[in-house]
Amino acid sequence: MNALRVTTTRIFYAVLLLLAVLVLNFTMMHLAPGDVADTIAQSMGGADEETMAQIRADYGLDKPFIVQLGSYLGRVIRFDLGYSFYYNQPVTSLILQRLPATLLLVFTAQLFAMIVGVVLGVISARRPNGILSHFVTFISLFGYSAPVFWTGILLLIAFSLKIQWFPVAGMRDVTLEGGFWVQTLDIIRHMVLPTITLGSIFLALYSRLSRASMMETLGSDYVRTAKAKGLTEREVVYKHALKNALSPVITLAGLQFSAVISGAVLVETVFAWPGLGTLAFQSILARDTPTILGILFFSALMVIVGNLLTDFVLRLVDPRLKGRA
Amino acid sequence: MKLRTKNLLAASLIAAFSAGAAVAQDTPKAGGTLVVSLPGGTPRVLNPAVQSGTATGMPGTQLFASPLRYDDDWTPQPYLAKSWEVSDDGLKVTLYLQENATFHDGTPITSEDVAFSVDVIKQYHPFKSMFAPVESVDTPDEHTAVLNLTTPHPALMLAMSGQLMAIIPKHIYGDGQDPKNHPRNNENVVGSGPFKLVEFKPGEHVILERYEGYWEEGLPYLDRIVARIINDSSARAIALQNGEIHMATFESEPTIINRLKSDAELTVTKEGYGGIGAIDWLAMNTTHGPLQEVKVRQAIAYAIDKNFILKALMRGTADEARTGIHPDSPLYTPDVEAYDLDLDKANALLDEAGYPLENGKRFDLNIEVPGFPGYKAQTEYVKAALSKVGINVTVRAHPDFPSWAQVMGNMDFDLSFDSVYNWGDPVIGVNRTYLSSNIGKGVWSNTQGYANERVDEILAQAATEMDSEKRKALYAEFQEIVAEEVPIYYINAVPQHTIYSNKVGNPPQGIWASSSPMDRIYLKD
Repeated sequence: MNALRVTTTRIFYAVLLLLAVLVLNFTMMHLAPGDVADTIAQSMGGADEETMAQIRADYGLDKPFIVQLGSYLGRVIRFDLGYSFYYNQPVTSLILQRLPATLLLVFTAQLFAMIVGVVLGVISARRPNGILSHFVTFISLFGYSAPVFWTGILLLIAFSLKIQWFPVAGMRDVTLEGGFWVQTLDIIRHMVLPTITLGSIFLALYSRLSRASMMETLGSDYVRTAKAKGLTEREVVYKHALKNALSPVITLAGLQFSAVISGAVLVETVFAWPGLGTLAFQSILARDTPTILGILFFSALMVIVGNLLTDFVLRLVDPRLKGRA
Repeated sequence: MKLRTKNLLAASLIAAFSAGAAVAQDTPKAGGTLVVSLPGGTPRVLNPAVQSGTATGMPGTQLFASPLRYDDDWTPQPYLAKSWEVSDDGLKVTLYLQENATFHDGTPITSEDVAFSVDVIKQYHPFKSMFAPVESVDTPDEHTAVLNLTTPHPALMLAMSGQLMAIIPKHIYGDGQDPKNHPRNNENVVGSGPFKLVEFKPGEHVILERYEGYWEEGLPYLDRIVARIINDSSARAIALQNGEIHMATFESEPTIINRLKSDAELTVTKEGYGGIGAIDWLAMNTTHGPLQEVKVRQAIAYAIDKNFILKALMRGTADEARTGIHPDSPLYTPDVEAYDLDLDKANALLDEAGYPLENGKRFDLNIEVPGFPGYKAQTEYVKAALSKVGINVTVRAHPDFPSWAQVMGNMDFDLSFDSVYNWGDPVIGVNRTYLSSNIGKGVWSNTQGYANERVDEILAQAATEMDSEKRKALYAEFQEIVAEEVPIYYINAVPQHTIYSNKVGNPPQGIWASSSPMDRIYLKD
C-alpha cells in the first residue's frame, strides 16, 4: 500500500533527524569551554585537581571526543539514555519523573489559552472597532510581549501575597493531609497561576487568529445567506461561522506541540514547578550532557511523533493528500 | 515536668525584675512540621562524606551527625562525641562517643564507623586538607576512637563539625560499592543524625522525619522538616512573606534582604555564617602585564571606593572584609591597610610603577564577570572607577560557570570578581588561594599566581601550631602581608542571611548556618 510506504519513509527520516539532533547537540556541548566537572566542583565549594581528574575519569570525560560520542550513540540505539552526571540517576527515570508535571501544565495552559483566546477573538470580531475589541487586542498583546517571569512574579505578588488566594511555589503541599479530592484540589490551586502565566503567551496567538478568521468567515456568502434566512445573530455566529473559523485554530494547536518544553522552562522556574523545564534549565547550567540530550531526545521524539500523527490523520481525512510524499 | 516549673519560675523572676517588659523565653515545644527552602537547589547527593556544598549540607547534617558541633563563639561542643582529648604533642585525638547513639536502622554507632567514615572522607571528600595528617584510626573499644596524626593539626576540630565529618554506617557503605556513587546516598539513607529520610524528590523537595531512636532524650523537637527546592529568589521571598515557608537560609540578594527586613512577621539575620565564611573579592592575576607590579595592584585598590560598593550596590547588607579570613572568624584581623579611596595616591603609585598617563590612558586590562549571578554591577563599577585613573577596562561576560571557571583555572584573566568560602579553618578553605604550590590548579585555587615565601612559611607553620595565641599571631602576619601585596582586593563578606518566621524558635545557631543539626529548632503556636 502506498500510504504505508510513505509512512515508513517518514519514520526512517524521523529516526535520522533524531540522530542528527543528538550528534549536533553533543558536539555543541563538547565545544563549549569547561564541563560538568567544573559545576560539580562549584556545588562542592571547590575541589582539588585530583578530585577533578577523578570526576572526569568516572564519567569518561577524559576520553577523546569521538569515543565519547560513539559510546553515547551506541547506548541511545539500545534505548539507554545513560546516567546523569549531576544527579547521579538514570536519565530516563529522571525525565519520566518530571514529564507528567510538565504535560499537565502545558496541556492545561494550551487549553486555557485556546478557549479564552477563541472566546475573546469571537467577541472582538463581532465589533472589530468597539472598545471591547481594543481591550482584547491590548490584553493579548500584553500577554504575548511581557516576559513570562515578570508576568509570573506580578501574579504572585497580586494573588499570593496581597490577596492570598493561591500558593507561591510547587505543585502540591506535602504537609497537607487528606484523600484524593483534597489532593486534587490542592494541585488545581497550585496550577492556577502557572497556567495563566504560560497561557498568556499563547492567548494572543489564538485570539488574533480566531478574530481574523472569524471576521473573514462573517463576511462570506453563506453567512449572509444564513442571515437572510432570518436566523438570529447568535445562531449565525456560533452555529455557522465559528465551526468554519475554528479550523485554522486547530491547526495552530497542532503546531504548538513544539512549544511544549520551551515555554515551560521559565514558568516552571518562577513557580518551582517540578517539571522538565526546570530540569532542562538546571541541567544546562550544570553542563549535564546526558540529561540535556535526554530531554532533547524526548522533546524531539514528541514533536516528530506529533508531526507524524498529524500527517497520518490529514492523509486519512483529506483525499487530496493521498500518496504524496 | 520539673524542668518546666524551673523555667516558669525563672521566667517569672526575670519578668518581675525587668519591670513589665515581655522577656519570658519560650519553652521549646515538641511537634510540628518546619518548612524551609533548600539552599542551593537540588543536592547532588545527601551524603556529606562524599560531597560538600550548602545544598548537601542542609539535609546532610540532619541525616548525619558529626563528632562535634560549634556554638556562636566558635567553641566546640559535644555532639556524637560526648567528650574528646587532644594529646600534649597534638598527635593523638581521642573521641569518646555517645554510648546509646544508633543509626536509623537501630544499629549502634561505634568507633568502627568513625574509623570507616574518616577513611571515606579522606578518600572521597573534595577537601583533602581536612584529614590529610590523619594516618590511622585506632578503635580500642566500641565507643573510643583514636585519630593518629603525622603532625599536629589544629584544623581538625572544625573539620569534625557541621557537614565536614558525617559519621556514616560501615555496614551500609562498606559493601564494596563506590561510596561516591553509592545508591544509598539518595535513597533509603541510613544516617546517624536527628532526622531520617522520608522522601527525596530532585527538583521538588527533601522530606525528613524525626528519628525516634535519637540518643538525646526529647530531641529533636520537630516531627518533620520539609526542605523545598525553590530556585527563584523572588518566589522564595514571596513564599516567606505569605507563610508558605518558615525559613530560608543563604539568602544574599540585598534588595530582597532589605525588603523582608521591614516585614514584622519575619526576622532577618546574618548571624551564623562565619564558619562557611564566604567573601567577595576582586582577584588580580599577578603573573603577567602591569599587575605583576605591587604598586599597580595597590593603585587599583586605592582607586576603588569600597564604600560605594557596600552602600550603593550591597545596600548596607554586607560587612566590610579586609582580608581573606571572614570577619566573623576569631582569626580575622582588621588591622591591615584598608585602602580607603584615594585617587591621588592611586595616580602617584601608577606613575611610580612606570605607567604614565598618555592621552588620558595608562594601560588596558580585562575584567571577567563570574559565571554565577550577582556581580555584574560591581564589575561595571570597577570599570568606571579605574577609568578615572587612566586604566581602560574591558568587561568580558561568561554565559555560565564552566566557561568562567576555565578562564580562571587557566589564569587567562587580569581581573575578576570572585566569591570564595573559608569552610571553617584557614587550612581548609583559605590556604588554597595563597600557597605557591597551588598555583593555577583550577577554579578556586591560587588563580592569582601569588607566590611569597614568607606566606608559604607562615601558612605551613600555622597549620601545625597548637597554641591558639601563637596561631592567631601567625595568621595576623599573613593577613598583613597579603593586604600589603594585594593579589586580591577584598570587598565584603557575602551578605548571606537567614530569614525566618517569628514562629520559629531556636533558628540555626553556631557558625554553620543551615549546615548544622536542627534538633533544637521548634515551632511556636
